[in-house]
Amino acid sequence: MSVAPAEVDLPRSADESVPDRPWLTIVWNDPVNLMSYVTYVFEHVFGFPKPKAEKLMLDVHHKGKAVVASGTREAMERNVEVLHGYGLWATVRQDT
Amino acid sequence: MFRSTRDGGASVWLSAGEASLLRTLVVPVMELLSDPDRPNEPSKTAEPTDVLDDLEKLFAEAETPNPDPPDDPVLARLLPDAYSDDPAKSGEFRKYTESSLREAKKYFAQTVLETLPPKGGRVKLTGDQARDWLRALNDVRLMFGVRLEVTEDFEDQIAGLDPKDPRVAAFEVYGWLGAVQESLVRAIGG
Repeated sequence: MSVAPAEVDLPRSADESVPDRPWLTIVWNDPVNLMSYVTYVFEHVFGFPKPKAEKLMLDVHHKGKAVVASGTREAMERNVEVLHGYGLWATVRQDT
Repeated sequence: MFRSTRDGGASVWLSAGEASLLRTLVVPVMELLSDPDRPNEPSKTAEPTDVLDDLEKLFAEAETPNPDPPDDPVLARLLPDAYSDDPAKSGEFRKYTESSLREAKKYFAQTVLETLPPKGGRVKLTGDQARDWLRALNDVRLMFGVRLEVTEDFEDQIAGLDPKDPRVAAFEVYGWLGAVQESLVRAIGG
């Protein structure tokens, strides 16, 4: 027989995530990546229809960055890993 | 330039010079990704392991300090931070993902090397191989981008260079790689 360890109240650090705010996948503009390629990646990785993929690509291009997905931190980290595989400059952050 | 094939792949005719140029450019990317100074893949052996070995490995991994971003600017661009303003979270992400990302990128580059005809000629790619090529070509272009400090108006950059500047040739290769990649996107992306 064993018992579960007593729950310990850990001090909340300043950067501890607030659970109810979603996490975001952000893609940043990059002078090298082709517009057609970035559109292709958005279609292929996220299954977006071409018009949505193109709109997001143009947002990245003109505004310097765009939010391309939101959800759990784990899911956003998986997105970023895949996008890094494609050479896109992608990051994760929690929505503010 | 690339054209789509009936089975969802793509094909292109490359001269001997173009094939050898591509090989010459893909190899340094692979070498960079194999940097022995970076922590390596935590043993992806095919041998059966028992659960205690796995746990031991897991704890050993958990105790390893988070790696810093690569010093080499090209490698830092190929393996960027996942958190733009949080080095601790980036380091943790890097610890668990960087080695597999490097292996994936090496695999894409390897596909290019294996499908390039040694003396030029027809390159015929399946859909999967074409997607490997897309990513490998992009990594080569990222390498040029960092080394040449390419901007979005790279044609203006070339125009601003002295014709004898050695970077002119590099910019021309960069432009050619972009055209090849663009044609491949169109061939498989529709």
